[in-house]
Amino acid sequence: MTLVMGAVAYDPKVVTIWAGFRAWFARQGFDFDFVLYSNYERQVDDLAAGRIDAAWNSPLAWIRARRLAGGRLEPLVMRDTDQDLTSVIVVREDSPYKDVADLKGETVGTGAVDSPQATLIPSALLRERGLRPGEEVAVRRFDVGVGLHGDHIGGERDAARAMMSGDVAAACMIDADHLLFVREGTLPPGGTRVIGRTRPYDHCTMTAARATPETDRFRDLLLSMDAADPDVRTLFDLEGLTAWRPARTSGYALLERAVDDEGFYDPAGAVTAPGYRP
Amino acid sequence: MTDPVLDLDDLGFETGAHLLVQRALGDLAPGARLGVRGRDPLLDPHLRAWCRPRGHTIVPAGGPVLAWIVPGGADRWSRAERAGDPGGVAAKAPAHWGLAARGALVEPGGPEPAFDLADRDLVWAEIAPALYAHAASAQWDPATAIPWDAEFALPPDIERAVVQIMTYLVENEQAALVVPARLLARVHPHFREVAQLLAVQAADEARHVEVFARRAALTGGPLGTSAAGGRESLTTLLTEPDFSLASFLLSVLGEGTFLNLLAFLDRHAPDPVTRRAVRLARQDEARHVAFGVAHLRHRSETDPHLRSRLRAAVERRHDALAASAGLNQDVFDALILLAAGEWSPQAIRRGHAAVLDLRREMDEGRRRRLVHLGFPDDEAAALSALHTRNFM
Repeated sequence: MTLVMGAVAYDPKVVTIWAGFRAWFARQGFDFDFVLYSNYERQVDDLAAGRIDAAWNSPLAWIRARRLAGGRLEPLVMRDTDQDLTSVIVVREDSPYKDVADLKGETVGTGAVDSPQATLIPSALLRERGLRPGEEVAVRRFDVGVGLHGDHIGGERDAARAMMSGDVAAACMIDADHLLFVREGTLPPGGTRVIGRTRPYDHCTMTAARATPETDRFRDLLLSMDAADPDVRTLFDLEGLTAWRPARTSGYALLERAVDDEGFYDPAGAVTAPGYRP
Repeated sequence: MTDPVLDLDDLGFETGAHLLVQRALGDLAPGARLGVRGRDPLLDPHLRAWCRPRGHTIVPAGGPVLAWIVPGGADRWSRAERAGDPGGVAAKAPAHWGLAARGALVEPGGPEPAFDLADRDLVWAEIAPALYAHAASAQWDPATAIPWDAEFALPPDIERAVVQIMTYLVENEQAALVVPARLLARVHPHFREVAQLLAVQAADEARHVEVFARRAALTGGPLGTSAAGGRESLTTLLTEPDFSLASFLLSVLGEGTFLNLLAFLDRHAPDPVTRRAVRLARQDEARHVAFGVAHLRHRSETDPHLRSRLRAAVERRHDALAASAGLNQDVFDALILLAAGEWSPQAIRRGHAAVLDLRREMDEGRRRRLVHLGFPDDEAAALSALHTRNFM
């Protein structure tokens, strides 16, 4: 029977990636297909309802899926690059801010409303440091690609630009994107400082609706993919990994907490975030 | 063994630290890990962000060492191969070498562009690198190499004859530009000297088109005629898909014949602009002929059936053109007038004889080249006689 996996079409390359994976699975004699979603909430609804066998989930999607479906879900794999990420709060080098607490009364730029790395987790850091978003500190969201759970980095980039132009005092982004923005010229080398950094957290995860012999085989095949194989490597380069790792669920505590603090989802998995229209 | 420690001082990943880290990782002994220390405030997040997509693991360290890098990730070069030897050409160039430089280390998994001329013997000649070097050094600037400002005044009929011949030359050179340009796009880049040579050949023809068109328009009169038969003859050149046959028909027979025509025009040119233009064009054409002949010699050494295919190509083209008029009568008459230099019956007789001599010289040149390619004398004579009456 065909294993059907959901993926969110945050970029045209998603078609290239999963069509390539499908061809690779076919060569291994495994019957795999994928369906594309325009946003993670719809994908999670279908995963929880068992309409798809597996889903390539954002961390936020994993949290909601788990709340909706409880213990039925089976985490399968994640990318090696999904583990131990950090987000940073960045200010201009010439700004007076030395610490997160210095942002009191200022405006902080974040990514899209549903971005774990550029909005939800950094907001939790602000809160931890006594700055409640909307109270002690104003937040200006850059809502690009809402529903894509931050996969579209346009919001992060816009926040970085706004920080450089002085529209906001600080900008939130994932560590790798800070380096990327310097390399691509959005931020000047040496022109920014990091005044806050989150604890490490995990990112995307492949989730099965329930464990079956097919999902076991799917997991084992993914784990067997070798980046030294040219057919695999080009797909890995696009998907941004060097190896699949067994999924772990220990890296989502920061985001769980942020989701609760923001009231983004309720404990049963209903979408409760104000103004969130994926 | 102590693991090495790299001190980045105050250099950060925003300003090139990855180069030093990469270099140190490359020098690492198998099983070793690399310590990193430094004073850039962003070193930790950036080091992690840099290592993550490369599959390297970061282990926190103590003391002055910020972290240990445990190298990981697949070696994307483990299945790489050299795209042949920089000093020589391979018998066959695989599609996956693609656009890589000859001798480059080629990462697998790249595109496989469709260069269908990927077999050395289908395109190569040992003389190609030397001919290319010569061609590159012999390029001339149409703006300065020809005395466009030279003062001369020709009788109107002679000027019209020159313009008619230039009009004819332009259409021939346009065909001679398109043929190598089309072949060039099909040659596997591994055989780069052939591609370079064809590129210069096309550029040569581009200049010829320019100078002949400019000479035709120099005195402001209308251009000459373009006969259907002439264009039909040239069009058959464009449709030959086989590299060697196209090279044979265009370079050996067509441009070879043109060498005689351009020498004739040099001899009888009534003005310095025409003389200089045809002389420069002839130098270039001689190179094109030399490559065509050398390539076919190379090919005939490996393909015993080549000569019969060359013969068939000439016969096929002759049959295709059997019903066409061949050389534009206006061109033929213009050549006579040019050689005559004036309208007296004696001069015209002299001009007519000169054009017949030209045809004889053309025939002899073709036969000589055909014999050089291994055709017996009688067969060379028969094939030369089947060559298009349009010269090209």
